[in-house]
Amino acid sequence: MSKVKKFMYVNRRAPYGTIYAWESLEVVLIGAAFEQDVSMAFIGDGVYQLTKGQDTTGLEMKNFSPTYSALGDYEVTKIYIEKESLEERGLTLEDLQHLTWEDEDDDWAEKDSIQLVSRAEMVKVFADQDVFFNF
Amino acid sequence: MLHIVNKSPYDRNSLDIAVSYKADGDIFLLIEDGVYAAMKGGAAAAKLDGCTVSVLGADIAARGIAEDKLIDGVSVIDYAGFVDLVEANEKVQSWL
Repeated sequence: MSKVKKFMYVNRRAPYGTIYAWESLEVVLIGAAFEQDVSMAFIGDGVYQLTKGQDTTGLEMKNFSPTYSALGDYEVTKIYIEKESLEERGLTLEDLQHLTWEDEDDDWAEKDSIQLVSRAEMVKVFADQDVFFNF
Repeated sequence: MLHIVNKSPYDRNSLDIAVSYKADGDIFLLIEDGVYAAMKGGAAAAKLDGCTVSVLGADIAARGIAEDKLIDGVSVIDYAGFVDLVEANEKVQSWL
């Protein structure tokens, strides 16, 4: 049996200007299907990926923002949002989707997936990971 | 942690971002256009203050950057050295 590795997906780009955000989300869902321990970090413009109310109708591109709400079902329950990145952009957690997961060990209680951390705390979160995927 | 940066600091903020996530003992490897950050006299050189920095020799050579044009303390490594760095560091982040 190989050890379950801690995978960290670092997202630092806005959602529609480049393909990075969408590709990251797809890779995350694939990685989660292989039962790895997956975390996601949203830093810099990456925080824009999770904003509410995205509507890509006019762009004729897939609006993949609803997919983030499926992460909990894939046991991706550790989503770190950087406080400084939000503040720099005039955003708060209220501007972002409310992502949750259901804890089967706690009578399926609904729990928050998002953790707001400072940059200094993010450095510590990174130090605790095994493998990085930067997008 | 080994932080790899491959973008020019004058075009993109990859280096700023990478440096801002530095922890004790971390190493920075500049490759491709990332090597421009290590040039003496450039405004971006100060971003590397206090960092342990290596650059890929093939990438500085390709860009006409002589070793004496690099800021002090930078190690110039070859591809084998690149492999050694990756091997020596348990974790690697590539700041694309």
